[in-house]
Amino acid sequence: MFELIGVPPQVLFGQLLLGLINGAFYALLSLGLAVIFGMLNVINFAHGAQYMLGAFGAWLLLKYTGIPYWGALVIVPLVIGAFGIVLERLFLSRLYHLDHLYGLLLTFGLAIIFEGVARYVFGASGVSYENPIPGGVNLGFMFLPYYRAWVIVFSLAVCLATWFMIERTKLGSYLRAAVERPDLVQAMGINVPLMITLTYGFGVALAALAGVLAAPVYSVTPKIGAEIIIVVFAVVVIGGMGSIMGSVVTGFGLGLVEGLTKVFYPEASNIVIFVIMAIVLVLRPAGLFGTAK
Amino acid sequence: MREAAAAVAGLAPASANVELSVRDVHAWYGESHILHGMSFDVPKGEVVTLLGRNGAGKTTTMRAIMGLVRNRKGSIKFGDTDTIAYQPHRIARLGIAYCPEERGIFSSLDVTENLLLPPVVKPGGMDLDEVYALFPRLKERGSSQGTKLSGGEQQMLAIARILRTGASLLLLDEPTEGLAPVIVQHIGEIIRTLKSRGFTVLLVEQNFHFAATVADRHYVVEHGTVIDMIENSQLAANKQKLEGYLGV
Repeated sequence: MFELIGVPPQVLFGQLLLGLINGAFYALLSLGLAVIFGMLNVINFAHGAQYMLGAFGAWLLLKYTGIPYWGALVIVPLVIGAFGIVLERLFLSRLYHLDHLYGLLLTFGLAIIFEGVARYVFGASGVSYENPIPGGVNLGFMFLPYYRAWVIVFSLAVCLATWFMIERTKLGSYLRAAVERPDLVQAMGINVPLMITLTYGFGVALAALAGVLAAPVYSVTPKIGAEIIIVVFAVVVIGGMGSIMGSVVTGFGLGLVEGLTKVFYPEASNIVIFVIMAIVLVLRPAGLFGTAK
Repeated sequence: MREAAAAVAGLAPASANVELSVRDVHAWYGESHILHGMSFDVPKGEVVTLLGRNGAGKTTTMRAIMGLVRNRKGSIKFGDTDTIAYQPHRIARLGIAYCPEERGIFSSLDVTENLLLPPVVKPGGMDLDEVYALFPRLKERGSSQGTKLSGGEQQMLAIARILRTGASLLLLDEPTEGLAPVIVQHIGEIIRTLKSRGFTVLLVEQNFHFAATVADRHYVVEHGTVIDMIENSQLAANKQKLEGYLGV
């Protein structure tokens, strides 16, 4: 068996796969954040909590209605997205004329409430969700569990579909134009307030989708949102706030970097993303894919 | 000032064929009271200008008609519909289109996307071939980023994209600003073409020499109200008065 710089290939590829899985979640979550920030100018601090609600939503569906994973993949994003729409109409829409900071404070408060309610209802230790596609395939150099392959492929597909919708369709041209000049787009006859509401719903639905996807991989606890969102914010800062492709590429890329660090210098694996963030902020304050405003 | 406004209302064309009727409109930006009882009429099929100095309230009038100034009072009738309480997208859907002073070309869209952006709100707009016949440059530059066009081309694009929508009333805010004389001439030709096609045009201008070449009537705006109306045919006779108003 060959070795790479003293590392057995199973270990290397195993960590790379883990890195890609984490990257898939970073990408999905930072994509939702980017879409919301672009349109609403709100930093959605509740994004992690909405992801956590998605994971618990899948578990609740299975337990109380018997609806399996594949049903949850459709139903949970729709329900939590609708919940997001209610939040936008009730609270967020009243803050648009104020500074960014107020939207951040509101969503931060919402995140704390969601997390507290989840801890009250489900307990701090959380629940576990059964893997819907057990088993895997031995690729020779590594073992690839089917579900992990599914997470990577599906997340990539969702990211690319979102990118295509925003960059290549008529609806996307409304979105891009409304990010620049919402007043002018509305004066062309497009219901921009409705578009803003639906965009928030879509971003929240993406977070919930990531949550359902995560339920069989990670143990489902009330804290999973708070844990991942800090890293995701770093990803967004590195990629550039509001850039769609930037958040996808950076998400997967940083997942891989994290995985590699675990192989070669495990002690640094928890901070490597923040070190990269610091360096990027010094060299390119607008982010790798961002444009200075 | 009030009496002047009332007098102007009396001067307005009595014909029933009024496309847009603005009556005693007040508008505010935050605490500043910008429009102080604007009243004027735009007859169907005419080109009408709002003339006045910088800061007189011409652009605010446009934005108030479009609903982009939230805080406004009075009556703005388009046909039989009073739009004063409408949101901008509903006003646009009635058939009013707006070409802003800063042109509003989107940098994240290419020229074709910019051109096709405004949705068709009513039948009867120009089709794409007609638009390209008027503005051949836009076809050549179709895949360029919108803001990479020259100033004149951006102005053409900003006008072109509202001709497809089926809107019958076009609000053009200083379309000649900062452009070379040859392009100003071209814009003059386009506005005359639009009139011959039956569009109604409300034009904000500082350059009254240009306005005189395209318009049917001129309203003089000062301190957020209309202080006089001059038919274009009477312009020569009123030249001194107008120069006094505009301080030229």
